[in-house]
Amino acid sequence: MNPSQKLYWLIGGVVALLIVASAIGHVLRARVKDEAAAAVVDNLNARVRAWWWMVAVFAAAFLLGRNATIVMFAFISFFALREFLTLTPTKIGDHRALSVAFFVLIPIQYLLIATDWYGLFSIFIPVYGFLLLPSISVLAHDTESFLERSAKIQWGLMITVYCISYVPALLLLPIPGFTGENPLLMFYLILVVQMSDVLQYVFGKLFGKTKIAPIVSPSKTVEGLVGGGASATLIGAAMWWITPFTPAQSAGMAFVIVVMGFLGGLVLSAVKRSLGAKDWGAMIEGHGGVMDRMDSVSFAAPVFFHATRYFFT
Amino acid sequence: MWLSYLLIGSVRALVGATPRWAGSKPEDRRRIYFANHTSHIDTIAIWSALPPNLRAKTRTAAAADYWGTGALKRTIALRALNAVLIDRKRADPGADPLRPLYDVLEAGQSIIIFPEGTRGLERLPAPFKSGLYHLAQRFADVELIPVYLDNLNRSMPKGTMFPVPLICTVRFGAPLPRVAEEDKSAFLERARNAVIELAR
Repeated sequence: MNPSQKLYWLIGGVVALLIVASAIGHVLRARVKDEAAAAVVDNLNARVRAWWWMVAVFAAAFLLGRNATIVMFAFISFFALREFLTLTPTKIGDHRALSVAFFVLIPIQYLLIATDWYGLFSIFIPVYGFLLLPSISVLAHDTESFLERSAKIQWGLMITVYCISYVPALLLLPIPGFTGENPLLMFYLILVVQMSDVLQYVFGKLFGKTKIAPIVSPSKTVEGLVGGGASATLIGAAMWWITPFTPAQSAGMAFVIVVMGFLGGLVLSAVKRSLGAKDWGAMIEGHGGVMDRMDSVSFAAPVFFHATRYFFT
Repeated sequence: MWLSYLLIGSVRALVGATPRWAGSKPEDRRRIYFANHTSHIDTIAIWSALPPNLRAKTRTAAAADYWGTGALKRTIALRALNAVLIDRKRADPGADPLRPLYDVLEAGQSIIIFPEGTRGLERLPAPFKSGLYHLAQRFADVELIPVYLDNLNRSMPKGTMFPVPLICTVRFGAPLPRVAEEDKSAFLERARNAVIELAR
Protein backbone atom coordinates (compact mmCIF):
# COMPACT_ATOMS: atom_id res chain seq x y z
CA MET A 1 0.00 0.00 0.00
CA ASN A 2 1.23 3.51 -0.70
CA PRO A 3 0.94 6.20 2.03
CA SER A 4 -2.25 7.77 0.73
CA GLN A 5 -3.96 4.39 0.46
CA LYS A 6 -2.93 3.72 4.05
CA LEU A 7 -4.42 7.09 5.03
CA TYR A 8 -7.76 6.22 3.40
CA TRP A 9 -7.85 2.94 5.29
CA LEU A 10 -7.00 4.69 8.56
CA ILE A 11 -9.70 7.31 8.12
CA GLY A 12 -12.12 4.54 7.17
CA GLY A 13 -11.16 2.70 10.36
CA VAL A 14 -11.77 5.77 12.52
CA VAL A 15 -15.15 6.33 10.86
CA ALA A 16 -16.08 2.69 11.53
CA LEU A 17 -15.09 3.19 15.18
CA LEU A 18 -17.29 6.28 15.40
CA ILE A 19 -20.24 4.42 13.87
CA VAL A 20 -19.84 1.75 16.57
CA ALA A 21 -19.56 4.44 19.29
CA SER A 22 -22.67 6.24 17.99
CA ALA A 23 -24.60 2.94 17.91
CA ILE A 24 -23.56 2.10 21.48
CA GLY A 25 -24.57 5.60 22.62
CA HIS A 26 -27.96 5.12 20.96
CA VAL A 27 -28.57 1.77 22.66
CA LEU A 28 -27.45 3.10 26.06
CA ARG A 29 -29.77 6.12 25.73
CA ALA A 30 -32.75 3.84 25.05
CA ARG A 31 -31.93 1.73 28.09
CA VAL A 32 -31.15 4.29 30.82
CA LYS A 33 -33.47 4.27 33.80
CA ASP A 34 -32.52 7.11 36.17
CA GLU A 35 -31.62 10.74 35.57
CA ALA A 36 -27.99 10.58 36.72
CA ALA A 37 -27.26 7.82 34.22
CA ALA A 38 -29.09 9.79 31.52
CA ALA A 39 -26.83 12.78 32.13
CA VAL A 40 -23.71 10.61 31.76
CA VAL A 41 -25.03 9.01 28.56
CA ASP A 42 -26.07 12.39 27.12
CA ASN A 43 -22.59 13.74 27.76
CA LEU A 44 -21.13 10.60 26.16
CA ASN A 45 -23.29 11.13 23.08
CA ALA A 46 -22.36 14.81 22.93
CA ARG A 47 -18.71 13.78 23.02
CA VAL A 48 -19.23 11.25 20.23
CA ARG A 49 -21.02 13.88 18.11
CA ALA A 50 -18.14 16.28 18.68
CA TRP A 51 -15.72 13.51 17.69
CA TRP A 52 -17.49 13.23 14.32
CA TRP A 53 -16.78 16.92 13.73
CA MET A 54 -13.19 16.74 14.90
CA VAL A 55 -12.50 13.68 12.73
CA ALA A 56 -14.13 15.43 9.76
CA VAL A 57 -11.91 18.52 10.18
CA PHE A 58 -8.73 16.46 10.65
CA ALA A 59 -9.53 14.16 7.74
CA ALA A 60 -10.22 17.12 5.46
CA ALA A 61 -6.92 18.78 6.44
CA PHE A 62 -4.95 15.53 6.05
CA LEU A 63 -6.44 14.87 2.63
CA LEU A 64 -5.88 18.46 1.46
CA GLY A 65 -2.20 18.05 2.19
CA ARG A 66 0.70 19.48 4.08
CA ASN A 67 -0.12 23.19 4.03
CA ALA A 68 -3.75 22.66 5.00
CA THR A 69 -2.61 20.54 7.94
CA ILE A 70 -0.17 23.21 9.11
CA VAL A 71 -2.83 25.93 8.81
CA MET A 72 -5.30 23.80 10.77
CA PHE A 73 -2.82 23.42 13.62
CA ALA A 74 -2.12 27.17 13.53
CA PHE A 75 -5.84 27.70 14.15
CA ILE A 76 -5.85 25.10 16.92
CA SER A 77 -3.00 27.01 18.57
CA PHE A 78 -4.91 30.28 18.09
CA PHE A 79 -8.05 28.96 19.79
CA ALA A 80 -6.04 27.21 22.52
CA LEU A 81 -4.02 30.36 23.30
CA ARG A 82 -7.25 32.36 23.35
CA GLU A 83 -8.72 29.99 25.92
CA PHE A 84 -5.54 30.08 27.99
CA LEU A 85 -5.26 33.86 28.04
CA THR A 86 -8.98 34.37 28.64
CA LEU A 87 -8.49 32.67 32.00
CA THR A 88 -5.17 34.42 32.69
CA PRO A 89 -5.30 37.79 34.42
CA THR A 90 -3.47 40.24 32.18
CA LYS A 91 -3.37 44.03 32.31
CA ILE A 92 -3.53 46.84 29.79
CA GLY A 93 0.26 46.92 29.71
CA ASP A 94 0.23 43.45 28.15
CA HIS A 95 -2.06 44.42 25.30
CA ARG A 96 0.70 44.87 22.74
CA ALA A 97 2.58 41.75 23.80
CA LEU A 98 -0.64 39.76 23.50
CA SER A 99 -1.30 41.13 20.01
CA VAL A 100 2.22 40.10 19.01
CA ALA A 101 1.72 36.62 20.47
CA PHE A 102 -1.47 36.05 18.50
CA PHE A 103 -0.81 37.80 15.23
CA VAL A 104 2.97 37.55 14.84
CA LEU A 105 4.35 34.62 16.84
CA ILE A 106 1.70 32.04 15.87
CA PRO A 107 2.00 32.70 12.11
CA ILE A 108 5.83 32.72 12.25
CA GLN A 109 6.01 29.48 14.27
CA TYR A 110 3.88 27.68 11.68
CA LEU A 111 5.60 29.35 8.71
CA LEU A 112 8.87 27.95 10.04
CA ILE A 113 7.34 24.49 9.82
CA ALA A 114 5.95 25.15 6.34
CA THR A 115 9.39 26.31 5.16
CA ASP A 116 11.24 23.36 6.76
CA TRP A 117 13.35 25.56 9.04
CA TYR A 118 13.86 23.16 11.93
CA GLY A 119 16.71 25.12 13.59
CA LEU A 120 14.65 28.26 14.16
CA PHE A 121 11.38 26.40 14.73
CA SER A 122 12.82 24.62 17.76
CA ILE A 123 14.09 27.77 19.50
CA PHE A 124 11.84 30.53 18.21
CA ILE A 125 9.37 30.69 21.12
CA PRO A 126 11.65 29.47 23.96
CA VAL A 127 14.33 32.04 23.04
CA TYR A 128 12.95 34.90 20.97
CA GLY A 129 9.37 34.80 22.26
CA PHE A 130 10.65 34.50 25.81
CA LEU A 131 12.87 37.56 25.50
CA LEU A 132 10.69 39.65 23.19
CA LEU A 133 7.29 39.58 24.93
CA PRO A 134 8.36 40.94 28.34
CA SER A 135 10.43 43.54 26.47
CA ILE A 136 7.25 44.75 24.81
CA SER A 137 5.24 44.66 28.05
CA VAL A 138 7.90 46.58 29.96
CA LEU A 139 7.38 49.58 27.68
CA ALA A 140 4.02 50.12 29.42
CA HIS A 141 5.91 50.94 32.65
CA ASP A 142 3.64 48.87 34.85
CA THR A 143 5.52 46.82 37.43
CA GLU A 144 2.50 45.44 39.27
CA SER A 145 2.76 41.62 39.11
CA PHE A 146 5.03 42.04 36.09
CA LEU A 147 6.82 38.73 36.63
CA GLU A 148 3.55 36.83 37.11
CA ARG A 149 2.02 38.33 33.99
CA SER A 150 5.08 37.70 31.81
CA ALA A 151 5.49 34.18 33.16
CA LYS A 152 1.86 33.27 32.53
CA ILE A 153 1.85 34.62 29.00
CA GLN A 154 5.04 32.70 28.19
CA TRP A 155 3.67 29.53 29.78
CA GLY A 156 0.49 29.78 27.71
CA LEU A 157 2.51 30.35 24.56
CA MET A 158 4.82 27.39 25.27
CA ILE A 159 1.92 24.97 25.77
CA THR A 160 -0.58 26.18 23.19
CA VAL A 161 1.75 27.22 20.39
CA TYR A 162 5.22 25.72 20.86
CA CYS A 163 4.20 22.30 22.16
CA ILE A 164 1.16 21.88 19.89
CA SER A 165 3.18 22.92 16.83
CA TYR A 166 5.29 19.79 17.36
CA VAL A 167 2.43 17.76 15.88
CA PRO A 168 2.72 19.18 12.33
CA ALA A 169 6.49 19.48 12.87
CA LEU A 170 6.56 15.69 12.51
CA LEU A 171 6.25 16.46 8.79
CA LEU A 172 9.80 17.88 8.94
CA LEU A 173 11.56 14.73 10.15
CA PRO A 174 13.82 13.18 7.50
CA ILE A 175 13.41 9.51 8.48
CA PRO A 176 15.40 7.16 6.21
CA GLY A 177 13.13 4.75 4.35
CA PHE A 178 10.03 6.68 5.42
CA THR A 179 10.09 9.54 2.90
CA GLY A 180 6.64 10.88 2.09
CA GLU A 181 5.00 8.92 4.88
CA ASN A 182 5.35 11.50 7.69
CA PRO A 183 1.63 12.36 7.75
CA LEU A 184 1.10 8.78 8.94
CA LEU A 185 3.35 9.47 11.91
CA MET A 186 1.18 12.45 12.81
CA PHE A 187 -1.89 10.25 12.53
CA TYR A 188 -0.19 7.67 14.77
CA LEU A 189 0.57 10.24 17.49
CA ILE A 190 -2.94 11.71 17.51
CA LEU A 191 -4.56 8.27 17.41
CA VAL A 192 -2.56 6.94 20.37
CA VAL A 193 -3.04 10.10 22.49
CA GLN A 194 -6.76 10.33 21.85
CA MET A 195 -7.40 6.58 22.16
CA SER A 196 -5.54 6.70 25.46
CA ASP A 197 -7.78 9.57 26.67
CA VAL A 198 -10.96 7.87 25.44
CA LEU A 199 -10.06 4.43 26.81
CA GLN A 200 -9.00 5.88 30.17
CA TYR A 201 -12.42 7.54 30.30
CA VAL A 202 -14.20 4.29 29.32
CA PHE A 203 -12.22 2.05 31.72
CA GLY A 204 -12.65 4.68 34.44
CA LYS A 205 -16.43 4.79 33.93
CA LEU A 206 -16.71 0.99 33.87
CA PHE A 207 -14.24 -0.12 36.56
CA GLY A 208 -12.95 3.10 38.17
CA LYS A 209 -12.79 2.97 41.98
CA THR A 210 -9.45 4.38 43.12
CA LYS A 211 -8.98 8.08 42.38
CA ILE A 212 -5.43 9.05 41.44
CA ALA A 213 -5.60 12.77 42.04
CA PRO A 214 -9.04 13.67 43.40
CA ILE A 215 -8.17 17.33 43.90
CA VAL A 216 -6.48 17.94 40.55
CA SER A 217 -8.62 15.80 38.29
CA PRO A 218 -11.52 13.99 39.99
CA SER A 219 -12.32 11.82 36.96
CA LYS A 220 -8.91 10.11 36.72
CA THR A 221 -8.71 6.66 38.32
CA VAL A 222 -6.00 4.01 38.65
CA GLU A 223 -8.24 1.46 36.90
CA GLY A 224 -8.85 3.91 34.05
CA LEU A 225 -5.16 4.74 33.70
CA VAL A 226 -3.95 1.14 33.74
CA GLY A 227 -6.72 -0.27 31.53
CA GLY A 228 -6.82 2.66 29.11
CA GLY A 229 -3.06 3.16 29.05
CA ALA A 230 -2.34 -0.54 28.42
CA SER A 231 -4.97 -0.76 25.67
CA ALA A 232 -3.67 2.39 23.99
CA THR A 233 -0.12 0.99 24.14
CA LEU A 234 -1.36 -2.21 22.49
CA ILE A 235 -3.20 -0.20 19.82
CA GLY A 236 0.04 1.73 19.21
CA ALA A 237 1.98 -1.53 18.88
CA ALA A 238 -0.62 -2.88 16.46
CA MET A 239 -0.23 0.26 14.31
CA TRP A 240 3.50 -0.30 13.76
CA TRP A 241 2.89 -0.78 10.01
CA ILE A 242 2.18 2.97 9.56
CA THR A 243 5.40 3.98 11.37
CA PRO A 244 9.13 3.53 10.85
CA PHE A 245 9.19 1.42 14.05
CA THR A 246 9.20 -2.33 14.66
CA PRO A 247 6.21 -3.64 16.66
CA ALA A 248 8.24 -3.63 19.91
CA GLN A 249 9.57 -0.11 19.24
CA SER A 250 6.07 1.00 18.37
CA ALA A 251 4.79 -0.31 21.71
CA GLY A 252 7.59 1.59 23.47
CA MET A 253 6.76 4.81 21.61
CA ALA A 254 3.05 4.39 22.34
CA PHE A 255 3.89 3.87 26.01
CA VAL A 256 5.87 7.13 26.05
CA ILE A 257 2.95 8.92 24.37
CA VAL A 258 0.48 7.48 26.90
CA VAL A 259 2.62 8.50 29.89
CA MET A 260 3.25 12.01 28.58
CA GLY A 261 -0.39 12.41 27.61
CA PHE A 262 -1.49 11.40 31.10
CA LEU A 263 0.93 13.87 32.69
CA GLY A 264 -0.24 16.61 30.31
CA GLY A 265 -3.85 16.01 31.28
CA LEU A 266 -2.94 16.15 34.95
CA VAL A 267 -0.70 19.23 34.78
CA LEU A 268 -3.09 21.25 32.62
CA SER A 269 -5.98 20.28 34.84
CA ALA A 270 -4.03 21.74 37.78
CA VAL A 271 -3.24 24.88 35.75
CA LYS A 272 -6.88 25.25 34.79
CA ARG A 273 -8.00 24.93 38.40
CA SER A 274 -5.35 27.34 39.61
CA LEU A 275 -6.83 29.82 37.12
CA GLY A 276 -10.24 29.19 38.69
CA ALA A 277 -12.00 27.21 35.94
CA LYS A 278 -13.42 23.72 35.46
CA ASP A 279 -13.29 23.69 31.65
CA TRP A 280 -10.97 25.62 29.35
CA GLY A 281 -13.88 26.85 27.27
CA ALA A 282 -17.09 25.77 25.61
CA MET A 283 -16.09 25.44 21.99
CA ILE A 284 -16.43 21.64 21.73
CA GLU A 285 -19.78 20.29 22.92
CA GLY A 286 -19.44 17.67 25.69
CA HIS A 287 -15.67 18.10 25.94
CA GLY A 288 -15.26 21.72 27.03
CA GLY A 289 -12.69 23.82 25.24
CA VAL A 290 -10.02 23.09 22.63
CA MET A 291 -7.44 22.79 25.42
CA ASP A 292 -9.52 20.09 27.13
CA ARG A 293 -8.82 17.94 24.05
CA MET A 294 -5.28 19.16 23.34
CA ASP A 295 -3.87 18.99 26.90
CA SER A 296 -2.43 15.49 26.52
CA VAL A 297 -1.33 16.19 22.93
CA SER A 298 0.68 19.22 24.05
CA PHE A 299 2.79 17.10 26.41
CA ALA A 300 3.08 14.03 24.20
CA ALA A 301 3.96 15.74 20.89
CA PRO A 302 7.36 17.32 21.74
CA VAL A 303 8.65 14.19 23.49
CA PHE A 304 7.44 11.90 20.71
CA PHE A 305 9.02 14.22 18.13
CA HIS A 306 12.40 14.32 19.84
CA ALA A 307 12.44 10.61 20.66
CA THR A 308 11.74 9.83 17.00
CA ARG A 309 14.29 12.41 15.85
CA TYR A 310 16.98 11.06 18.19
CA PHE A 311 16.50 7.36 17.50
CA PHE A 312 15.28 7.25 13.90
CA THR A 313 16.95 10.06 11.91
CA MET B 1 -25.12 46.57 4.97
CA TRP B 2 -21.98 44.59 4.14
CA LEU B 3 -19.93 46.54 6.70
CA SER B 4 -22.26 45.33 9.48
CA TYR B 5 -21.65 41.73 8.51
CA LEU B 6 -17.91 42.34 8.29
CA LEU B 7 -17.83 43.91 11.77
CA ILE B 8 -20.04 41.22 13.31
CA GLY B 9 -18.03 38.47 11.59
CA SER B 10 -14.68 39.84 12.81
CA VAL B 11 -15.91 40.34 16.37
CA ARG B 12 -17.26 36.79 16.41
CA ALA B 13 -14.02 35.37 15.04
CA LEU B 14 -11.87 37.27 17.53
CA VAL B 15 -13.83 37.30 20.79
CA GLY B 16 -16.72 34.89 20.20
CA ALA B 17 -19.38 37.14 21.77
CA THR B 18 -21.63 34.19 22.52
CA PRO B 19 -24.84 35.05 24.35
CA ARG B 20 -25.80 33.65 27.74
CA TRP B 21 -29.37 34.37 28.68
CA ALA B 22 -29.76 34.15 32.46
CA GLY B 23 -33.20 35.30 33.55
CA SER B 24 -34.48 36.61 30.24
CA LYS B 25 -34.95 35.23 26.73
CA PRO B 26 -34.40 36.77 23.32
CA GLU B 27 -37.95 38.06 22.75
CA ASP B 28 -39.42 40.37 20.20
CA ARG B 29 -40.55 43.18 22.52
CA ARG B 30 -39.49 46.70 23.42
CA ARG B 31 -36.45 46.65 25.66
CA ILE B 32 -33.70 48.83 26.99
CA TYR B 33 -30.49 46.82 27.19
CA PHE B 34 -28.03 48.54 29.53
CA ALA B 35 -24.45 47.31 29.73
CA ASN B 36 -21.03 48.02 31.18
CA HIS B 37 -18.85 49.93 28.74
CA THR B 38 -15.14 49.25 28.27
CA SER B 39 -14.38 49.00 24.56
CA HIS B 40 -15.28 50.09 21.04
CA ILE B 41 -16.58 46.64 20.24
CA ASP B 42 -19.17 46.54 23.04
CA THR B 43 -22.06 47.48 20.75
CA ILE B 44 -21.06 44.99 18.07
CA ALA B 45 -20.63 42.28 20.72
CA ILE B 46 -24.17 42.81 22.03
CA TRP B 47 -25.50 43.01 18.51
CA SER B 48 -23.74 39.75 17.52
CA ALA B 49 -25.25 38.06 20.56
CA LEU B 50 -28.80 39.03 19.57
CA PRO B 51 -30.67 36.91 17.02
CA PRO B 52 -30.81 38.66 13.58
CA ASN B 53 -34.54 39.44 13.78
CA LEU B 54 -34.03 41.37 17.04
CA ARG B 55 -30.82 42.98 15.81
CA ALA B 56 -32.76 44.79 13.09
CA LYS B 57 -35.05 46.31 15.74
CA THR B 58 -32.38 47.21 18.29
CA ARG B 59 -30.53 50.48 18.01
CA THR B 60 -27.61 51.68 20.00
CA ALA B 61 -26.86 55.09 21.48
CA ALA B 62 -23.51 56.57 20.42
CA ALA B 63 -21.85 59.80 21.53
CA ALA B 64 -22.20 62.44 18.81
CA ASP B 65 -18.97 64.19 19.90
CA TYR B 66 -17.01 61.00 19.12
CA TRP B 67 -18.90 58.94 16.54
CA GLY B 68 -20.32 61.93 14.70
CA THR B 69 -16.89 63.28 13.78
CA GLY B 70 -14.96 62.04 10.74
CA ALA B 71 -16.32 60.19 7.73
CA LEU B 72 -15.14 56.71 8.78
CA LYS B 73 -16.54 56.89 12.31
CA ARG B 74 -19.83 58.33 10.98
CA THR B 75 -20.14 55.54 8.42
CA ILE B 76 -19.47 52.85 11.01
CA ALA B 77 -21.85 54.35 13.57
CA LEU B 78 -24.71 55.39 11.33
CA ARG B 79 -24.61 52.99 8.39
CA ALA B 80 -23.08 49.82 9.80
CA LEU B 81 -24.33 49.90 13.38
CA ASN B 82 -27.55 51.84 12.76
CA ALA B 83 -26.70 53.92 15.84
CA VAL B 84 -28.53 56.93 17.23
CA LEU B 85 -26.23 59.85 17.94
CA ILE B 86 -26.60 61.43 21.37
CA ASP B 87 -25.38 64.91 22.20
CA ARG B 88 -23.74 64.16 25.55
CA LYS B 89 -22.00 67.57 25.57
CA ARG B 90 -25.40 69.37 25.38
CA ALA B 91 -24.52 71.74 22.58
CA ASP B 92 -28.10 73.06 22.67
CA PRO B 93 -28.96 73.57 26.37
CA GLY B 94 -32.68 73.73 25.65
CA ALA B 95 -32.90 70.36 23.89
CA ASP B 96 -33.34 67.03 25.67
CA PRO B 97 -30.28 64.96 24.71
CA LEU B 98 -32.30 61.76 25.12
CA ARG B 99 -34.91 62.85 22.55
CA PRO B 100 -33.50 60.63 19.74
CA LEU B 101 -33.84 57.60 22.04
CA TYR B 102 -37.43 58.49 22.93
CA ASP B 103 -38.17 58.48 19.21
CA VAL B 104 -36.71 55.00 18.77
CA LEU B 105 -38.70 53.57 21.69
CA GLU B 106 -41.86 55.35 20.56
CA ALA B 107 -41.40 53.74 17.17
CA GLY B 108 -41.59 50.35 18.92
CA GLN B 109 -37.90 49.47 18.71
CA SER B 110 -35.39 48.54 21.43
CA ILE B 111 -32.23 50.38 22.45
CA ILE B 112 -28.79 49.55 23.81
CA ILE B 113 -27.28 52.10 26.18
CA PHE B 114 -24.13 52.32 28.23
CA PRO B 115 -25.25 54.26 31.31
CA GLU B 116 -21.71 55.02 32.49
CA GLY B 117 -21.61 57.49 29.61
CA THR B 118 -18.01 56.69 28.70
CA ARG B 119 -15.65 53.73 28.47
CA GLY B 120 -14.06 52.59 31.72
CA LEU B 121 -10.88 50.61 32.30
CA GLU B 122 -12.16 48.28 35.00
CA ARG B 123 -14.06 44.99 34.86
CA LEU B 124 -16.94 46.44 36.89
CA PRO B 125 -18.93 49.48 35.78
CA ALA B 126 -18.51 52.96 37.29
CA PRO B 127 -21.60 54.77 38.73
CA PHE B 128 -24.38 55.27 36.19
CA LYS B 129 -25.40 58.63 34.70
CA SER B 130 -29.06 59.57 34.96
CA GLY B 131 -30.11 58.83 31.34
CA LEU B 132 -31.29 55.32 32.17
CA TYR B 133 -33.50 56.70 34.96
CA HIS B 134 -35.25 59.19 32.69
CA LEU B 135 -35.81 56.55 30.03
CA ALA B 136 -37.20 54.12 32.62
CA GLN B 137 -39.53 56.81 34.01
CA ARG B 138 -40.86 57.79 30.63
CA PHE B 139 -41.38 54.24 29.33
CA ALA B 140 -42.83 52.34 32.28
CA ASP B 141 -43.78 49.25 30.27
CA VAL B 142 -40.42 48.74 28.55
CA GLU B 143 -38.28 45.89 29.94
CA LEU B 144 -34.94 46.95 31.38
CA ILE B 145 -32.41 44.19 30.64
CA PRO B 146 -28.99 44.34 32.35
CA VAL B 147 -26.11 43.11 30.19
CA TYR B 148 -22.59 42.26 31.26
CA LEU B 149 -19.74 42.05 28.75
CA ASP B 150 -16.76 40.22 30.16
CA ASN B 151 -13.12 40.49 29.12
CA LEU B 152 -13.60 43.29 26.60
CA ASN B 153 -11.81 45.65 29.01
CA ARG B 154 -8.76 43.43 28.45
CA SER B 155 -9.40 42.67 24.81
CA MET B 156 -9.62 46.24 23.55
CA PRO B 157 -9.07 48.68 26.42
CA LYS B 158 -9.54 52.41 25.95
CA GLY B 159 -6.59 53.77 23.98
CA THR B 160 -6.02 50.67 21.84
CA MET B 161 -7.10 50.30 18.23
CA PHE B 162 -7.31 46.56 17.72
CA PRO B 163 -8.84 43.77 19.84
CA VAL B 164 -6.75 40.95 21.29
CA PRO B 165 -8.59 37.62 20.97
CA LEU B 166 -9.99 36.84 24.42
CA ILE B 167 -13.31 35.05 24.78
CA CYS B 168 -16.20 37.36 25.64
CA THR B 169 -19.55 36.06 26.86
CA VAL B 170 -22.47 38.46 26.57
CA ARG B 171 -24.58 37.84 29.67
CA PHE B 172 -28.18 38.99 29.61
CA GLY B 173 -29.84 39.14 33.04
CA ALA B 174 -33.42 39.17 34.33
CA PRO B 175 -35.47 42.34 33.67
CA LEU B 176 -34.87 44.95 36.37
CA PRO B 177 -38.02 45.09 38.53
CA ARG B 178 -39.77 48.48 38.87
CA VAL B 179 -39.96 49.80 42.41
CA ALA B 180 -42.61 52.42 43.18
CA GLU B 181 -41.48 55.72 44.73
CA GLU B 182 -37.79 54.92 44.23
CA ASP B 183 -35.54 57.95 43.92
CA LYS B 184 -33.06 58.45 41.12
CA SER B 185 -29.83 57.54 42.88
CA ALA B 186 -31.33 54.38 44.45
CA PHE B 187 -32.63 53.29 41.04
CA LEU B 188 -29.29 53.91 39.32
CA GLU B 189 -27.39 52.05 42.03
CA ARG B 190 -29.80 49.10 41.79
CA ALA B 191 -29.40 49.04 37.99
CA ARG B 192 -25.62 49.10 38.30
CA ASN B 193 -25.71 46.29 40.85
CA ALA B 194 -27.79 44.21 38.44
CA VAL B 195 -24.94 44.47 35.90
CA ILE B 196 -22.32 43.75 38.57
CA GLU B 197 -24.31 40.70 39.70
CA LEU B 198 -23.92 39.27 36.17
CA ALA B 199 -20.14 39.71 36.39
CA ARG B 200 -19.83 36.95 38.99
